[in-house]
Amino acid sequence: MTKKVVIIGGGIAGMEAASTLSRMNIDVLLIEKKQQLGGHVGEWDHLFPNFRNAREITRSLLYDLQDKHIKICTSTEITGISKKSGKFEVRTTQQQTFKADSILLSTGFDLFDARKKEEYGYGIYENVITSVDLEQKLKESNVLTMASGVIPKRIAMIHCVGSRDEKSGYFHCSKVCCITAVKQAIEVKQKLPHAEIFCFYMDLRMYGKKFEELYREAQEKWGIQFVRGRLSEAAENMDGSLQIKSEDTLSGRPLKMNVDLMVLMIGMVPSESTTFLGKMLGIHFSEDGFINHDDIHLENNLTNVPGIFTAGTVTSPMTITDTIADARSAALKIATYIS
Amino acid sequence: MKTEGKKRVWEDYQKEIAEDHYYFQRSCIRQNFFPGSETAFLKILTGELGRDIMDDPHHTTCTGIGYHADIVPFDTTMTVVARHFALMTENGYENMIISCVTSFGIYTEILETWKHFPEVLARARRYLKKATGREFNIPKNVTHASDIIYKFKDQIAAKAKYRLINQQTGEPLKVVEHIGCHYSKMFPSWGVGGAEFPYVLQGMVESWGGEVIDYPERRHCCGFGFRQYIVRANRGYSVANSKKKFESMKPYKPDFVVCNCPGCTMFMDKWQYTISEMEGKTYDEYGFGIPVLTYEEMAGLVLGYDPWELGLQMHQVQSEPLLDKMGIPYDPAEKYKTASGKTFRLPAEPTSLKVCV
Repeated sequence: MTKKVVIIGGGIAGMEAASTLSRMNIDVLLIEKKQQLGGHVGEWDHLFPNFRNAREITRSLLYDLQDKHIKICTSTEITGISKKSGKFEVRTTQQQTFKADSILLSTGFDLFDARKKEEYGYGIYENVITSVDLEQKLKESNVLTMASGVIPKRIAMIHCVGSRDEKSGYFHCSKVCCITAVKQAIEVKQKLPHAEIFCFYMDLRMYGKKFEELYREAQEKWGIQFVRGRLSEAAENMDGSLQIKSEDTLSGRPLKMNVDLMVLMIGMVPSESTTFLGKMLGIHFSEDGFINHDDIHLENNLTNVPGIFTAGTVTSPMTITDTIADARSAALKIATYIS
Repeated sequence: MKTEGKKRVWEDYQKEIAEDHYYFQRSCIRQNFFPGSETAFLKILTGELGRDIMDDPHHTTCTGIGYHADIVPFDTTMTVVARHFALMTENGYENMIISCVTSFGIYTEILETWKHFPEVLARARRYLKKATGREFNIPKNVTHASDIIYKFKDQIAAKAKYRLINQQTGEPLKVVEHIGCHYSKMFPSWGVGGAEFPYVLQGMVESWGGEVIDYPERRHCCGFGFRQYIVRANRGYSVANSKKKFESMKPYKPDFVVCNCPGCTMFMDKWQYTISEMEGKTYDEYGFGIPVLTYEEMAGLVLGYDPWELGLQMHQVQSEPLLDKMGIPYDPAEKYKTASGKTFRLPAEPTSLKVCV
């Protein structure tokens, strides 16, 4: 009898795990609460480190989902999950009930709500936007402007907003923000060659393939300026520009300057869906709010509940490359478990 | 500036403020520098709002200045505060109003310490019992006096004789609001509106017809800062910080500044004189400086109290230009008279800062 897996979360982790399982002749039901698959990547424009169009990724993953073993339910949320005689029963908002031998949680991450960093004025100051807002602007228009429609001359990109931040309650590193800032700074410079761009960082974590090279290119080719210092506050000037304060910790001096636009590099936080489902299933969480692995080296797709697995950013922030690898790994673990 | 965004922040930082029956904890320095403010507060609470408030002559300093100057140890400060709680308890009160922001910071720091470290609370109880034989209850509600005026701002507005409106132009007065650091920067949830976009003073200003200015250095220190001022060698730093604020607010042409902390009110007022003497600079259009009021003085003016009864003549920057804008009558001949009708010795005139004698 064909085994069946329910995958909850139709971002890139869930999509990749579904196609990998289907290639092993395992039936998959992929459930996504939004109308479309693709998760956060589906809303992104271009990807680091090579400026690849994000749609290429989602298109490729969608293509692989065209398989007789895969069923997809979008606009569907989970209302309950129970386990009887080794089988899971999954109930949804569409009043459907599905049976499964295993469940994969790939419910991803939420974006940090930048309004929580009140001192930066997101949602209050006209010219404070997030990295996600910037990506949308880059996607929708060839021109980047301030709220007034004027072209910005000085732009500050603020790293680690909602990451490695005790005040926000999130100690973890979101891993992708440093390189995203470098990528976006270059893209902005390409659109606005005369603009000055400043990146305010704590550390630059250029750990991935071609990350360091892109960081160097940002400085040498594009003239992006990197200031080691965490922003203490932003305030709005009379003309809508922003006065920002920081400390240049390399020169050991306080710094105050005006910029026209400020971009907050918001981090990844545990998703509400993951927390809701995890609590329902009795899954253990780490102190950071992401799902915990008892063995982070050898059993990193397993949860404390037999039959329930994880893939992607439900356990910690990840790049796309790492998410895809994690999803494939989860599929193999599930295949082993249900056989 | 998006007001909607600010409103969302304000919604996150609303605090419980008791309705009635308060034990009043006075401020040491406010009674000296703004002698009419606490009197006005009591008059508003009892006379205008019909509230029950106990003004107890038995309480002492909270030791705040000494504590922040590293002269008084925490355990001593804690025991003094415990005694004030004992006085409140003995008099049958459960709600405490604190007049001074430094004291408010002391009380909130101690209450938060006791919440997280019950053994420290037990120690405070033991010290107080040993020293005075007293016992105490922790207040059910602890507020700063500005919280109380904020709570009743609309009732005060209903009784207003004057509004924060320029009578010559019909425009709202432009007001700089400045909260003390120890009001909500230590514990944002203890302040109305939190720390970054506080609403306690802005709520009053808006309710009484004025308009608050949000200028770039709004959050910057007033220039007090205990070590900046108490250590004499650091006073230049204190003036420099105040100057930074004045330079930043000047283009917005504020009609006055309102503060809820005695240190802020004092330094933003008196350093204007100092800067004028040092550099010949003033920060209004006509050389009179920007008046700096306490929130009770602002409320008192709105309610039609006599400016000299409120003690405005005790400020460094004189308030006649503001009174003229609000259409408030005043008698210059009464300005420097005592309650018994004698005239004070007239203050010396500054070199640059204009005053109405």
